[in-house]
Amino acid sequence: MLYRETGQFKTTYRADQAIFPILQDKIGVLAILAFAVFVVPFAADNYLLETILVPVLVFSLAAIGLNILTGYCGQLSLGTGGFMACGAFFSYKLATAFPDLNLILVFLLAGLGTSVVGVLFGLPSLRIKGFYLAVATLAAQFFLIWVFNKFGWWTNDSPSGVISAPPREVLGFVVTSSEAHPISKYLFLVVLVAVLALVAKNLVRSRIGRSWMAIRDMDIAAEIIGIRPLVAKLSAFAVSSFYIGIAGGLWAFIYTGSVEALAFQIDRSFQVLFMVILGGLGSILGSFLGAIFIVLLPIALNVTMLAIDPTFSVALVSDMEFMLFGALIIFFLIVEPHGLARLWQIGKEKLRLWPFPY
Amino acid sequence: MKPLHILTWLVGALVTIFAIGGLHWGLAQIGWISFFDWSFYFEVSAAGLLQGVMYSLVALGFVLIFKASGIFNFAQGSLVLFAALTMVGLMELFERDFGIRLHWVLAFILTVGVMVLVAIAIERLVLRPLVNQPPIILFMATIGIFYFVDGFGQALWGSDVKVLDIGMPIASAVSPLGVRMNVYDLIAAGVGAALVAGLGVFFQYTRIGRALRAVADDHQAALSVGIPLKTIWTIVWSVAGVVALVAGIMWGGKAGVQFSLALIALKALPVLILGGFTSIPGAIVGGLIIGYGEQVAENFIGLEIGGAIQDWFAYVLALVFLLFRPQGLFGERIIERV
Amino acid sequence: MRLKTLCLAAAGAAMLTVAGLPAQAAEQYVPLLVYKSGPYAPNGIPMAAGWEDYIKLINARDGGVNGVKLVTDECDTGYNNDRGVECYERLKKPTAAAFQPLSTGITYALLDRVAQDKIPLYTGGYGRTSASYGPVFPYVFTAPLTYWSGADIMVQYAKGQEGGSLKGKKIALVYHDSAYGKEPIPTLERLSKEEGFEFYKFPVAHPGLEQKSTWLQIGRQVKPDWVFMWGWGVMNSTAVKEAAAVGYPMDHFIGIWWSGAEPDVVPAGAAAKGYKALGLHLPGTDIQLLQDVLKYVYNGDEAKAKENAWGTVLYNRGLFLMAIEIEAIRQAQEMHGKGKELTGEQIRDGFENLNLTEDKLAAIGLKDFTKPIHITCEDHEGGGQAFVQQWDGEQWKKVSDWFSPHREALRAAYKEDALAYAKEKGITPRTCK
Repeated sequence: MLYRETGQFKTTYRADQAIFPILQDKIGVLAILAFAVFVVPFAADNYLLETILVPVLVFSLAAIGLNILTGYCGQLSLGTGGFMACGAFFSYKLATAFPDLNLILVFLLAGLGTSVVGVLFGLPSLRIKGFYLAVATLAAQFFLIWVFNKFGWWTNDSPSGVISAPPREVLGFVVTSSEAHPISKYLFLVVLVAVLALVAKNLVRSRIGRSWMAIRDMDIAAEIIGIRPLVAKLSAFAVSSFYIGIAGGLWAFIYTGSVEALAFQIDRSFQVLFMVILGGLGSILGSFLGAIFIVLLPIALNVTMLAIDPTFSVALVSDMEFMLFGALIIFFLIVEPHGLARLWQIGKEKLRLWPFPY
Repeated sequence: MKPLHILTWLVGALVTIFAIGGLHWGLAQIGWISFFDWSFYFEVSAAGLLQGVMYSLVALGFVLIFKASGIFNFAQGSLVLFAALTMVGLMELFERDFGIRLHWVLAFILTVGVMVLVAIAIERLVLRPLVNQPPIILFMATIGIFYFVDGFGQALWGSDVKVLDIGMPIASAVSPLGVRMNVYDLIAAGVGAALVAGLGVFFQYTRIGRALRAVADDHQAALSVGIPLKTIWTIVWSVAGVVALVAGIMWGGKAGVQFSLALIALKALPVLILGGFTSIPGAIVGGLIIGYGEQVAENFIGLEIGGAIQDWFAYVLALVFLLFRPQGLFGERIIERV
Repeated sequence: MRLKTLCLAAAGAAMLTVAGLPAQAAEQYVPLLVYKSGPYAPNGIPMAAGWEDYIKLINARDGGVNGVKLVTDECDTGYNNDRGVECYERLKKPTAAAFQPLSTGITYALLDRVAQDKIPLYTGGYGRTSASYGPVFPYVFTAPLTYWSGADIMVQYAKGQEGGSLKGKKIALVYHDSAYGKEPIPTLERLSKEEGFEFYKFPVAHPGLEQKSTWLQIGRQVKPDWVFMWGWGVMNSTAVKEAAAVGYPMDHFIGIWWSGAEPDVVPAGAAAKGYKALGLHLPGTDIQLLQDVLKYVYNGDEAKAKENAWGTVLYNRGLFLMAIEIEAIRQAQEMHGKGKELTGEQIRDGFENLNLTEDKLAAIGLKDFTKPIHITCEDHEGGGQAFVQQWDGEQWKKVSDWFSPHREALRAAYKEDALAYAKEKGITPRTCK
């Protein structure tokens, strides 16, 4: 009932190929965007904005990046943390070397730099596949972290190896460092992430996106029908690293404000991989759902357990948090191996008829 | 492998070690490396090879499970931690509550029992519902197991450092031929070798071992000749649990049993891809190469470029090997058809 | 009519109870960032136990600070930086007494935030060294000592042991390859020029289980006269074992005060005997305060207290750091009104005017436990001192006199580094009266 498509006729190919062919979806997405821009900043308190929504948005971007590589192109990567570190340190160097450079430009350039690095580390994918490739991308992870940790040049010779974001403005509002108001940070992120997500969505629907999916589904067959694996795989690495790099820059500049290379350890890579798999491989929506789920779940578990019984020792709560986190991951995989995005699709199918039986 | 085969490998390895030593000596002569000394080099090589066996111990668990079920079991590290924690925990528990000083052999046997239970639970609750899912989903599920077992072990036994004392010397060293070696590492290497030999015999000559190999070759064919897949999986996970226990004892005896043990799984990954996911000898040879390579690199090249390079060096070394053999040194060649 | 009166009476009673609530004794909120899980839990647990017990003691023995009960709220950071930020944001309130993040990484992440939120950040014996320069970091306190002071004291000690000169000697630093471990490097580099010793750096990657090559180099190749260590967690015990394995003389191996507790040496067994570390305060239980804790918190049950790490180095550290925080609250009450709940901003004043003389230390049961601390607007380090302690296989023993670092040179260095930070961040340093 709610998702009734009857009466929505497509008269042009254009309309048929739209991102959201169903009117309800279009309205829904616009409503969510409007809600995120006009209601959330004023309804949410600083805790929610700063420690939940900001990381969710940053992680969504990283998850979109990894989803392009792993979900659309089928190349399993565990180097996400390393690429995020690239983005963070490139942004820092750019922002401190050219103080007048526009912040958005800083992030875009850092993303481009990261995609060059990504292509370099993507080269082995032409020969190595599957889990072998996944472990090989760990080489990128460890090597990049080592480089940023070791050479003082990246941190402007800060003795502790910690970089901290200088205050920078966008459209007259300070968005980085602790001077920035949580609302301006959040709004900046919402707009940036929405635009980049739109670009990603269109990219995966384009010719190049289809070539990625062909490679994912069967690379040899794809090669035979004329898709060049070199171009397809490396372009996936480039685009994916671009997104992940920007996410890294945002992490350092907008979320934590100061960061050391160790913040992008291998745990970070796994975290993003969780988001992609639990959210749904090969789905932009899934990247958002996964990010929300993974950021929120541990905190929610922790807070709920303390709310139920404040006398719990925090040690036990942390251990329980680990256990429940693990158990829930397994549970979700068993219930729906194709991720939350797939759950949403099933829900949509149901809503088509609901509440009427036929 | 035939004896001749092994001999060739041994000779090859010795020649390589000398050749790489010579290379470093040459680099030192032209001043690219500030310090080189043959006796130091041999000591480093020996230490690296022994360390390599320790990596192999962890890698073995991965290989067993991958071979039998095609699952890349990320939880192996947390199984190592859990097994060691359980063993020490049991010993402490008996001493505190019953006043009995449990011999470590007994504790070992009890822990093996616990690991079998863990294996059964994993098979029932995780693997069975996820049968026929793509490998990446199963991989993800093992990460779920990783988190669960980590939290469970700590909730059960606490997060303190526990001292695992099974009467092994920590600091003593012997110097055959003037090469100083740590006794502890030598014993660990011996245990590792015994474990591999035992597993080899188990796989080669027992009924279950043959069934395991059949499953590894082809699940469907194995099923059709009446091999119970689920039982086999339980057995494999149990064996992997025992391997984890041995690894946990060896690592935990060195550094104390505590949370960080779960992270050594990361040291086993380059070993795995170097040796190939499906080969037990591969895990050993891979371990030796990685152990040796990273020690030599850290000691002679590391100082020149800032140190702490061994983490990534292991991966880069493995990557270089992969470029020539994409399935690892001993991995099965995959023939792809459209 | 009767019903109406009844209702009124009930309402009146309810009003009274509600009105009665504010008359209840004031409370001071003390947030605690702890880590009782994760790789560094073995070190985090005893520290947290010390904090908690000190607060229980103050509430049980004195009925709070001047009658103001202390209430706590805990959050487990897992020694993880972004989780630490989340915990901070969750626990922060304008009335929070102070935050002690117990991690140099989390300290860096919170430096800016506390200034914005006006809550003191107390990083006793860790954190960003140059935050000791009060004009740039009004909300950060580093008493009793910083890492640079620690490095300075180590060098002084080594110099004394070598008969007054370190010329031509070799000193190696084994450090946790993170913000924490890198902290002493600038000072050691400076001192190596001044004192004429050769300085070697050996980074150890997190978590520190892998140190074979580090110690092969130290034991066989570099053969330094002294090894200093900045380690935490499993790295410490592994280092002690590997040092023993290469036969490095233990009494020439000195750890920072975070590398000198029981979890660092016990797993290494007999091999650890002779290993040294700096101490900020006395180890052991022969201290008035510890006896008080035993009496008031554990009702004299020593076995139960020992189970809770009572009397271990890190437990005593926890007591010590919390004692300073509570004394700062007391001082703040002197300035802003006794028996009242204070805001973080007011407690900051308490920190900044904290003067713990020998007498005051004795009064809180810490006679001879540590050296006097006097924090001023200019100097947030407060002039603490440290000594060298040695593990004799059973317990830690104090084996040297108290050392005071060369503060003149250090303060100049703090100032320089802090001003550079202020410039990068666009902060105008305040002037001290």
